[in-house]
Amino acid sequence: MHPTDTSHPDYFHKVVDCQWACPAHTDVPEYIRLIAQGRFTDAYMVNRQSNVFPGILGRVCDRPCEPACRRGRVEKKPVAICRLKRVAADYRDDVTSLLPKIPRLKNGKHIACIGAGCASLTVANDLMPLGYEVTIFEQYAEPGGLMRTNIPAFRLPQQVLGDEIGMILDMGVDLKLNHPIQSLRALLKDDRYDAVFIGSGAPQGKELSLPGRSEGAANIHIGIAWLGAVAFGHLDKIGERVLIIGVGNTAMDCCRTSLRLGAQRVKVMARKPRSFFKASAWELEDAEEEHVEIVVNRVPKSFVVANGRLAGMLFDKMEYDIDADGRITAERVVSEEFEAADDVILAIGQENAFPWIERDLGIEFDQWNVPLVDLKTFQSTQPGIFFGGDAAFGPKNIIWAVEQAHQAAISVHKHCQGEPISERLGPGMNLQSRKMGMHEWSYANDYTPFERRLMPHVSLKERFKKLDIEVELGFTAEQVAAEAQRCLNCDVQTVFDAKLCIECDACIDICPVDCLTITANGEEAELRTRLKAPALNTAQALYVSRALPQTGRVMVKDEDVCVHCGLCAERCPTAAWDMQKSYVHWPLAVDEARAAIEREPKIA
Amino acid sequence: MTFIAKPKIAHPSLPRNPLGMTRRDYEGALSTLCAGCGHDSITAAVVEACWELAIEPQNLVKLSGIGCSSKTTAYFVNGAHGFNSVHGRMPSIAMGANAANRNLHYIGVSGDGDTLSIGLGQFCHAIRRNLNMLYIIENNGVYGLTKGQFSASADVGSKAKKGETNFQPPIDAVLLALTLGASFVARSFSGDKEQLVPLIQAGLKHKGFALIDVLSPCVTFNDHEGSTKSYAYTREHYEPAIHTDFVPLQQAITAEYAAGATLPVVLHDGSRIVLRKLDASYDPTDRAACAATIQERLKEEEYLTGLLFFEPGQPEFHDLNGTPEGALNAVPYEALSPGSAGMQKILARYR
Repeated sequence: MHPTDTSHPDYFHKVVDCQWACPAHTDVPEYIRLIAQGRFTDAYMVNRQSNVFPGILGRVCDRPCEPACRRGRVEKKPVAICRLKRVAADYRDDVTSLLPKIPRLKNGKHIACIGAGCASLTVANDLMPLGYEVTIFEQYAEPGGLMRTNIPAFRLPQQVLGDEIGMILDMGVDLKLNHPIQSLRALLKDDRYDAVFIGSGAPQGKELSLPGRSEGAANIHIGIAWLGAVAFGHLDKIGERVLIIGVGNTAMDCCRTSLRLGAQRVKVMARKPRSFFKASAWELEDAEEEHVEIVVNRVPKSFVVANGRLAGMLFDKMEYDIDADGRITAERVVSEEFEAADDVILAIGQENAFPWIERDLGIEFDQWNVPLVDLKTFQSTQPGIFFGGDAAFGPKNIIWAVEQAHQAAISVHKHCQGEPISERLGPGMNLQSRKMGMHEWSYANDYTPFERRLMPHVSLKERFKKLDIEVELGFTAEQVAAEAQRCLNCDVQTVFDAKLCIECDACIDICPVDCLTITANGEEAELRTRLKAPALNTAQALYVSRALPQTGRVMVKDEDVCVHCGLCAERCPTAAWDMQKSYVHWPLAVDEARAAIEREPKIA
Repeated sequence: MTFIAKPKIAHPSLPRNPLGMTRRDYEGALSTLCAGCGHDSITAAVVEACWELAIEPQNLVKLSGIGCSSKTTAYFVNGAHGFNSVHGRMPSIAMGANAANRNLHYIGVSGDGDTLSIGLGQFCHAIRRNLNMLYIIENNGVYGLTKGQFSASADVGSKAKKGETNFQPPIDAVLLALTLGASFVARSFSGDKEQLVPLIQAGLKHKGFALIDVLSPCVTFNDHEGSTKSYAYTREHYEPAIHTDFVPLQQAITAEYAAGATLPVVLHDGSRIVLRKLDASYDPTDRAACAATIQERLKEEEYLTGLLFFEPGQPEFHDLNGTPEGALNAVPYEALSPGSAGMQKILARYR
């Protein structure tokens, strides 16, 4: 193998699995260390820099970071990254003075954002400090988009939502509530706006057209619309027996909300076996803790209406043959089954919908009526019109919307400044040694064998009393201290300097997880079999050095299960190994603005 | 040394030996030697060898004297018996322990000072008695524990860290052992585990005294330019003459060897040692020729390494002295006590 090129920012970034998995590249280990030091405000700001809504995401993020967490490969369970984020938000001080300053003198550019959800708010967050004037149009009476309408208050308190949205609105955003955009043409007509960002989400719940749908309509609800009605207080009760169709995260919110509106028996009806469920494991767990029954292998057949009222639903009971890879190879209907119900909630997906965009404005749509959006710049086929969040590529999680909006904000900025929007700053990487003395590092390098802490919940007796009792109580101080120590500090990188190595084997002997080997070089596939512990996880890189000075062999590190304890560097007599903190720099609009200033000719 | 102990966490797919133990189960206490010390590598090689042989820790006895090297017995196989003796007196303790229980594995770790200066007499007599043990010399040419004075194995012309030159000729443990009639004489290097691990396994399985003189650089006091026991110098001047493969009883020989260049030897328990000649002219069974070649090559500043001389089947201490079959603590009371009638007979002899 060629020596690993660590000069490319991606190499060390990828070692920090959580940060690599996070769409917004949140510096997770850094904020967890700050939490461990009790610096909650600083931890919050590290988060806010990349993901904008730490308090919200600390409760409801889809947490792609956690399945990626290296701790999950060394032990069974990953670090509770998401809930530690909430800790930072819960215990922070007032951050007003730390937020970006908004220039009083504006730059003369006006931006329209459609929909006051997480995407538009992020665009405003990135552009307001640069002197832009941002107007957000929102169809409802309150901002927040799906964060407000679709995430029930028992998971995300209004207060938290209000605080973090407030931070952005207080930058001076012109928020127009109760202002649905009926026509994009009308908005564009008066030429007031230099760019338009469409962050209108995916507000259209999918329909289930089966016999009896129209006859039973009064008691058949579309999940996301129903959740919205509950959130705005238009609805405060539901029948005793409720069926939820679908088994995604929206279904979980629907079933748990039903329980709080008086439902006595809630069943979630799933087409396929459990391994095919779309809902996150923890959301399923939380629903089942509340005694929601999840019924598998039921395919909806028809709505049953009796005496002019919905009486229940008919299902085909299925049987599936599943192969070793978990794929369905055959399916058959075993029997038919009736489930009685007073109400049915459909939670089988949602999509973006743009009836208000005229098709002759230069914005091209594909055959499914989805706008054609550039994957990097988030610009539509009409220059100056950008999409982000669910509106761009269909429903995903908040954290994706935030990152897409960061990228769209860069494009909006470059568009307004007359710069080519596809020429963007690349990521950067800084490394800084963590060595303090002979055997001292400025991070807690010892491995802490704690198990993942369990999130305490409000008791089942208490939690249903009101709709907005937050179920998760947040970690206690002791839990925070323990959970923070579980982080392996993967961002404190093992950096090797081949020319200093005397091949004494000290690092190899001391490595607790056998990830180091000095051996003859070879092709990757073959080399992986020759290491001290075979490197079976090909998703994780091998770090291969240049030829070592004394024997010409190479130092190979399998990054897979390195616990970043720093013992290789502590044991190294020549400091060929060093522990260095990696800072990934993922450019935002403000960085593009700074870079533009630097490009300007200097006056001597 | 390190300030945090090696964490207990291990690689999830760490292999297990027939006892169900991983390599990590054969580790010992946290090493307090300097970072980069060759001795720590030898410790790791012992761990590897004991794990591969699936030695039950309670059947291993670790013995040592005084010095950096002698600290290392604390750093491997926590569950083994251990005795850290007076300076240079490790062979006596090994002798006594072995006399009392011949069924255990004995591994003595000593240094060039402990063996070739203060303990030279003890070392010689352990060889003479063909004590059934593995004797490892962790040889770095200096007294590391007392800040780097030349030891009895320092080569002529070797420079100390502060610059003075050594003019006294060294005592070479390998040559000495050959002249004293040792039946298993090896030299190796802490930086070459591929060679060292099978040697340790063979040494542990060899019946009789097995010597491995391991060049083990002192990273603090003898790893500079002008030293003849530094990592760089050793790598340049060491010449593997014989490679040893240790093949356990259960395992078939899978490697292919060129005819004439290999010498398979079956040990007393059925396991085998396969000697592979890397230097065609070298014969590891001819004691006199071995000594001559080793000496010649030393003059050319070359350390021949590997299992340099091997003569299995020599009677060991217990054979020579007709001791009981098992451990003394297992000799039945009836055999130990002559009974009152027998006692009368014995006393009658002195009347």
